[in-house]
Amino acid sequence: MITQPEELHDVRLQVNGSVHEVRVPARRLLSDALRHDCGLTGTHVGCEHGVCGACTVLVDGRPVRSCLMFAVSAVESEITTVEGLTEDDGTLSPVQQAFSDCHGLQCGFCTPGFLTTITAGLRENPEPSEDEAREMIAGNLCRCTGYQNIVKSVLRAAEIEREIERESGEQVQ
Amino acid sequence: MTTKMFGAKVPRVEDQRFLRGQGRYVDDLLTDDPRLLHSAVLRSPHAHARILDIDVSDVLDVEGVVAVWTWDDLTGPMAEPLPLLIPHPTLTHGRTQYALAKGEVNYVGEAIAFVVAVDRYVAEDAVSRIRVDYEYLEPVVGIPAARAARTAVHPDVPDNVGARMTQENGDARAAIAAAPHTLSLDLDIERSACTPMEGRGTVARWDPDTSRLTVWSSTQTSTGVRGCVAAKLGLDLAKVDVITPDVGGGFGVKVVHPWPEELLVPLASMTLGRPVKFTEDRREHFISSAHERAQEHHVEVGFDDDGRVLGLDVEFWHDHGAYTPYGLIVPIITSTQLLGPYKPQSYRVTFESVYTNTVIVTPYRGAGRPQGCFVMERTMDAIAAYLGKDRTEVRSANFIQPDEFPYEHGLVFQDGRELTYDSGDYPASLAKLKELVGWDEFEDFRAEMAAQGRRVGIGLACYVEGTGVGPYEGAHVHIETSGKVKASIGLTTQGQGHQTAFAQIVADTLGVRFEDVEVVTGDTRKMPYSVGTFASRAAVMSGSAVHLAALRAKEKALRIAAEALEAAEDDLEIADGVVSVKGTDASIDLGTVAVLSNPLRYAFDEASKAATQFRVGDPGKPPVAEGDEPGLEGKDFYSPPRSTFANGMHAVIVETDPDTAEITILKYAVVHDCGHLINPMIVEGQIHGGVAQGVGGALYERMAYDESGQLLNASFMDFLMPYVTEVPTTIDIDHLETPSPLNPLGIKGAGEAGVIPSAAVFAAAIEDAEGFPITAMPISPSELFALRLEHADLPAEALSEETR
Repeated sequence: MITQPEELHDVRLQVNGSVHEVRVPARRLLSDALRHDCGLTGTHVGCEHGVCGACTVLVDGRPVRSCLMFAVSAVESEITTVEGLTEDDGTLSPVQQAFSDCHGLQCGFCTPGFLTTITAGLRENPEPSEDEAREMIAGNLCRCTGYQNIVKSVLRAAEIEREIERESGEQVQ
Repeated sequence: MTTKMFGAKVPRVEDQRFLRGQGRYVDDLLTDDPRLLHSAVLRSPHAHARILDIDVSDVLDVEGVVAVWTWDDLTGPMAEPLPLLIPHPTLTHGRTQYALAKGEVNYVGEAIAFVVAVDRYVAEDAVSRIRVDYEYLEPVVGIPAARAARTAVHPDVPDNVGARMTQENGDARAAIAAAPHTLSLDLDIERSACTPMEGRGTVARWDPDTSRLTVWSSTQTSTGVRGCVAAKLGLDLAKVDVITPDVGGGFGVKVVHPWPEELLVPLASMTLGRPVKFTEDRREHFISSAHERAQEHHVEVGFDDDGRVLGLDVEFWHDHGAYTPYGLIVPIITSTQLLGPYKPQSYRVTFESVYTNTVIVTPYRGAGRPQGCFVMERTMDAIAAYLGKDRTEVRSANFIQPDEFPYEHGLVFQDGRELTYDSGDYPASLAKLKELVGWDEFEDFRAEMAAQGRRVGIGLACYVEGTGVGPYEGAHVHIETSGKVKASIGLTTQGQGHQTAFAQIVADTLGVRFEDVEVVTGDTRKMPYSVGTFASRAAVMSGSAVHLAALRAKEKALRIAAEALEAAEDDLEIADGVVSVKGTDASIDLGTVAVLSNPLRYAFDEASKAATQFRVGDPGKPPVAEGDEPGLEGKDFYSPPRSTFANGMHAVIVETDPDTAEITILKYAVVHDCGHLINPMIVEGQIHGGVAQGVGGALYERMAYDESGQLLNASFMDFLMPYVTEVPTTIDIDHLETPSPLNPLGIKGAGEAGVIPSAAVFAAAIEDAEGFPITAMPISPSELFALRLEHADLPAEALSEETR
């Protein structure tokens, strides 16, 4: 029995402000398309069943597990991966900087999912309490850090964002 | 003046690439290479079966499939069993699996066929088309079934016992018989696993132009993988390079090698002439990598009125799974490290390491110590309860005292060396822990909570961890003509911040700026002599080696600089990368010293003009002196006589819900002694992670095998790894620094420590809260509830009423 070649779909993915034209079968996961077709390997795959959160990307600003979404369903959306969090001039985003300040990562594998999740979380709640910081990351698994410094990183990121806001406010004045 | 980096909380250099999404893990490699092929493995769905026939005829018809292998296609060493890595003489019946099953399978997940295709989706499609006829055999699941031996896992090992080992110092049985008090305990620990966020993965590229094989693997030992790949594929070692890229956690499982895929991927690449990748998925990691922990212990102990242990006799059974590639390391560690900080007057330990039709058992962070610690600490608590003494008092009565080091136990450790502790101060550690957790104030707290109808308990547990096991590690330090320093160590890194910690050591030893030091790990092209990252050995072994290598480079720099500056070596100092004559303005950059170290014929830039043969050297002598070599480099190896022993103590306060038996952590305290700290931030991070893993192991994680050998919870949905919601909100840490006399930096390992006392400390606290013995871990609320029923004369509702 000879199987038929899979039907391929031309998909335009808008990732981190750039357009990626990829040809993929309908079953291609968004995580695989980002990693293997767009070459954006910063998004990691830890479980492929939506539990660990390592593959979290922002789809139209909201955190989404890219292993639970097909690439073909993402055509209409604006996607942000960990690579897109860094400022254009290479400066780390407040969340990225906070992780560096607080030793919020060890092996770095789960980190991209935390960074994207927290980036979206802080937009929704810019001044989280410690409990709210925990809640913000309560859907992501990390095996290295015991989460202690990730919670600190959330609070530190909020602090950095406030500092930036204050500075830009001062400049406007 | 250069700031001292050793001991400072230096931010990690590796964070920059990880935070930007620029880390390079094995599945990230060669993604833009259109020739790259992907692979998938057919794995046994049965725990125990004979393979009667494998039909792959449908596979090659799948569009995009390139090749398929079964055992019948393997030849030479590839068709032989995988190596038994640590062939301990006591392992009389060691067995290892084949890269692809030959005629029988012994656990669900064992590799049977290997498919290579254009992508992983297609490879998996193809795997599902392979038809295998099995003859089912009765599986052996769990230690009781293995001991009963109604069926044998391997027909030529009818009692399922792979090894039997006994060690004894003194006559423990006689001492127990003569002791004023005796107790017996039966204690169990269930299976768990490392479960790194990144599974296993291997990429291989055979280059026909240079006849070289490059293998990238997510391993804890690149040199180990290199040796195995070369031997199995019949290649000269010099033809094989193994590179360990960024690794998404290891915790022990990735020290096992070669995994079947670590050989099949290079084989496929050589056969097909194209690069090939294998990336394990999560289910595969659960059923095809390795587990640990499962042991059953029986303890007999004799003690005096003060609780001093006069005789300790431990017999235990260790479930090593279907095969024994990693030998007896785990049960040997359990049997020796069980002693912790104590000195029983006599000790006898016997274990049987038994076969079951389940995933192989190899070291998981702690490597047999959590079980040993659980057994010893449960025994200490039982003695205290029996004598009506405070639990810390009984421990104090048994501690090895600070003036007794080096302390010889009269036993042989996992490395074949005498079990001799080098240093420690256990009474001081205990005093710190009592203070940190509020041990002496706890009864007031208990009363306060009881008044609110709340039930709390406190527990403590002590451990000693042999770290920095040999045989050796090496390092190479190269000062370039730019003044930048490149340091290479052979062992691999999987999140411990080696690029930072070792750069700190090099910066201090050489007298250069931290920013100018770049560390490469786990690349056999840079450092082919190495052992690997396990047994909390990286800081001790490679830390010492890189220090020694930097010293060699420094010696050479000083010798050349002394000549250039016309000064005595003793009058020179190096700071911020500049060699200067103390108390004068005379100085020379290390980069210039590097230029001078390498007599040149060709000037390739301004700096190198200074080193051409018309500029340097005595025309009457050879440009490179006899016994010298060009270049400003240092290479050295560190090989200690034996392990160095770190120690620590944990305490936890838990609350148990009177109705639901839910267990909540109210306070967690750690006192940790790993000698001098290279980077306290990294050490504390290691402790945090260890404690969280320990919480998982004590309260949530287990491998739920059914009686047919199916792992029922092989996903993150069902295997309950802690999220942030399960770990303590704070972990109070205090350090004691008792330096090791065995290495130049006085350091001891820290990587595994956090997880060792968890089962023990939680069992103790829950027991203290509930008032009945906790003898098996992990423990779930349901199990605790069942224990309440068992220990209550009253029905559950009444028990709950009574405690309100």
